[in-house]
Amino acid sequence: MTFLHRHKGLTPYLLLLPGIVWLTLFFVAPLGFLGYQSLQTGTFDTGYTFDWAFSNYWNAISDYHEQFVRSFVYAGIATIVALLVSYPLVYWIAFRAGRWKNVFLILIVAPLFVTYLVRTLAWLNILADQGPVVGFLRDIHVLGPDGRLLATSVAVVAGITYNFLPFMALPLYVSLEQIDGRLLEAAEDLYASKRQAFLRVTLPLSAPGIVAGTLLTFIPAAGDFINAQLLGTPRQYMVGNVIQSKFLDVLDYPAAAALSFILMALILAGLLVYARVVGTERLTG
Amino acid sequence: MTMRITRRELVQRGAAGVTVLSLPGLLAACGGSSGGGGGGGEVADVLRFSNWPLYIDFDEKTKKHPTLDQFTAKTGIKVDYFEDINSNAEYFGKIQRPLSQGQSIDRDIIVLTDNERFLGLMIDKGWVEELDKDLIPNFSNLIEAQASPPFDPDRKYSLPWQSGMTGIAWNEKETGPVTSITQLFEDPKLKGRVTALNGMGDTPGLVMLDNGDDPSNVTDAAWNAAVDRIQKAVDSGQIRRFTGNDYAQPLSQGDLAAAIAWSGDIYQLLSSNPNLKWALPTKGGIIWTDNMIIPTGGSVPTASTYMNFVYDPKIAAQITAYVAYVPPVKGTKEILVKSDPKIGSSPLVFPSDEVLASTHQYDSAALNNQTYIEQWQKVLGA
Repeated sequence: MTFLHRHKGLTPYLLLLPGIVWLTLFFVAPLGFLGYQSLQTGTFDTGYTFDWAFSNYWNAISDYHEQFVRSFVYAGIATIVALLVSYPLVYWIAFRAGRWKNVFLILIVAPLFVTYLVRTLAWLNILADQGPVVGFLRDIHVLGPDGRLLATSVAVVAGITYNFLPFMALPLYVSLEQIDGRLLEAAEDLYASKRQAFLRVTLPLSAPGIVAGTLLTFIPAAGDFINAQLLGTPRQYMVGNVIQSKFLDVLDYPAAAALSFILMALILAGLLVYARVVGTERLTG
Repeated sequence: MTMRITRRELVQRGAAGVTVLSLPGLLAACGGSSGGGGGGGEVADVLRFSNWPLYIDFDEKTKKHPTLDQFTAKTGIKVDYFEDINSNAEYFGKIQRPLSQGQSIDRDIIVLTDNERFLGLMIDKGWVEELDKDLIPNFSNLIEAQASPPFDPDRKYSLPWQSGMTGIAWNEKETGPVTSITQLFEDPKLKGRVTALNGMGDTPGLVMLDNGDDPSNVTDAAWNAAVDRIQKAVDSGQIRRFTGNDYAQPLSQGDLAAAIAWSGDIYQLLSSNPNLKWALPTKGGIIWTDNMIIPTGGSVPTASTYMNFVYDPKIAAQITAYVAYVPPVKGTKEILVKSDPKIGSSPLVFPSDEVLASTHQYDSAALNNQTYIEQWQKVLGA
C-alpha cells in the first residue's frame, strides 16, 4: 500500500496544493503587503512607518471621490455599449455565419494580438481633429465646425469600449453557441413568434454569457487608466490615473495602496450586489 | 549594501585556499563576471548603459551606434545599450526597490533629468557611486555653466549627457507665432488646441517666468501664483492635456496649434515638417540637463572610462549631430560648424549667449517639496 492509498483523504488537498501555493505567493502575499503599506505614514524621503493610519482611506475618498465616480460611470457605460454592440454581432456569428464562424471569431480576437498601448494610440489617429471621423461628424453637423472628439469623455469611453469588447463578445459567443437549436424549434411549435422565442428562450439561455461578459468588461475597465491618459484630459482622469501618479510621481505609496484597496472593495461590493440580483447560478451557467 | 568581489579577487581567494565562500559572495562574483565589477575594482568587459530612446547617434544603414562601436574599438569594452528610460518617474519606480535594498540594478550608467526630483533623490539617498575622475581627464571639457549644479555642486556623482531648453512650439499652418505663456494660456483662438508638459520644472517654470518670478529660487507665493494660473487654463479648457514628448505627433498633424515643447524634439521634427516653429518665450525659458550617473553596484572604472570617451569633443560632435540637443562638451560647436554646418549653426542646438542668458535652471529644492508635488499632481488631474 502506498502512502496515498492509506491516506485517501489527503488527495484533494494535494491536488489543491499547486493552486494554493500559486495564490499565496502571487495574490495573498502581495495583497497583504499592499494592505500593510496602505496603513503607513511618512514620505519617501524620510521613510514610511506602520501605524494603522486609517486616515489614508478617508483622505483618499474625500480627495478623489470624483475620480472614483467617473471610473464607475465610464466603465458602466462602456460595458453597456459593449454588450449592445457585441450581442447582435455574436448572435449572427453563432447562428448565421455557418462555416465562417471561426474566421469571424478570429477577427474579434485579432485586435488582442496587438498590444493594448498600440491599439489605444491608434484611436488617437482615428479620432484626430483632422481625421475622417471628426470630419464626417462635422459635415453632418453632429459636431460644430470646431468640435472635436479627442480630449473628451466620448473618446475615453469609446476607447475603453473598444479595448474590452472581445472580453464581452467571447463569453457571449460561448453561451449562444451552446443553445440547442431544437429548443427554438420547440418554441416555434408552441406558436411563439420570433420575438417571443428570442425573449423567452435565447436571451435567458445566454444570460450566463451576459453575466460573465459584463464582469470581464466592467472590472478591468473600472481600473483602466491608459484610455483616460491618452484620449482624455485631466478632466477625464479615472481612479487608475490617480493610483499611477501616486505610485510613480508622488511616491506616496500608502495613499496609492489605500486607493487600490478602496477600488477593490467597491468592485467587490458591486459584484456581490450583482450576484444577488442575477443569482450566482448564472455566473456558473 | 552587499559586498561584491571582482573576478580577480575571487581567483586570489581561491588560490589562497579560501575554502569557505559564502553563497551570496559566490553569486555576486558570478554576477560580476557578466559585466559590472564592484564599486571599485577594474574595468569590466561590458558597459551596461541605460538611456532614453533616440538619444545617441544611430546609423540607419548599419543599424548600429557608431560612437559605441568606436568606444569598443578603442577600449575593448563592449556596450550593452538599453533604450529603456521613457520617463524619469517610471524608471525610478522600477529601480528604487532593488537600490533601496542595496542590490545592483545591473547597469553601469543611467541617464536622469535634473528638472525632475529623481536625480537629486538618487544622490541624496546614496544610491550612486562616485565617479573616478582620474579616469576622466576630459572632465576639463565640461562647460562652465554645468560645473556646479545645486544637486551635485562638485560634480562628484554626475556628468551631463545633453541639455535642452523648454519653450513654446507652434505649427505655422494653424497659428501665427506664439511667443508668450499669456498668449498660449489666454488667446481664445488657441482654446483646446494647446498642450503643456507634465514635468514640474517645465510648465510651472515657464509660467513663473511669465509672472515675473524666478524659477531658480521658488517661493511659496511664486509657486501658488503659477499653479493657480495653470489650473485656470485647464478649467477653461484652454489646455487640452499634459504630455511627455507625445505632443510631437498631434502638433505636427495640426490637432494642436501650439505646445510647451523641448528644443531638440522640434529640431528632429523639422526635417519632416517645416511648418513647426520653436522659440523661447519672450520672458525667458527653462534649461534642463540629462545627467549620467553610476547607480549603486555599477562598475565605476568602466563607466568612468566611457564618460571620458564621450567628453572628447570629436565624439560629442557625432552624438550631437544626431540628437540635436545642446551638448555640454567644449569644442563641439567648432567641430560641427565645419563638419555639419546646418546643425553647427542651429540656434536650437547652439543657442547664443544672449539666449542662454534668458534661460533658467529650475530650483532643485522645489522639485522635492512634497506639498508642491501633490499640488502639481492635482493640476495634472490626479
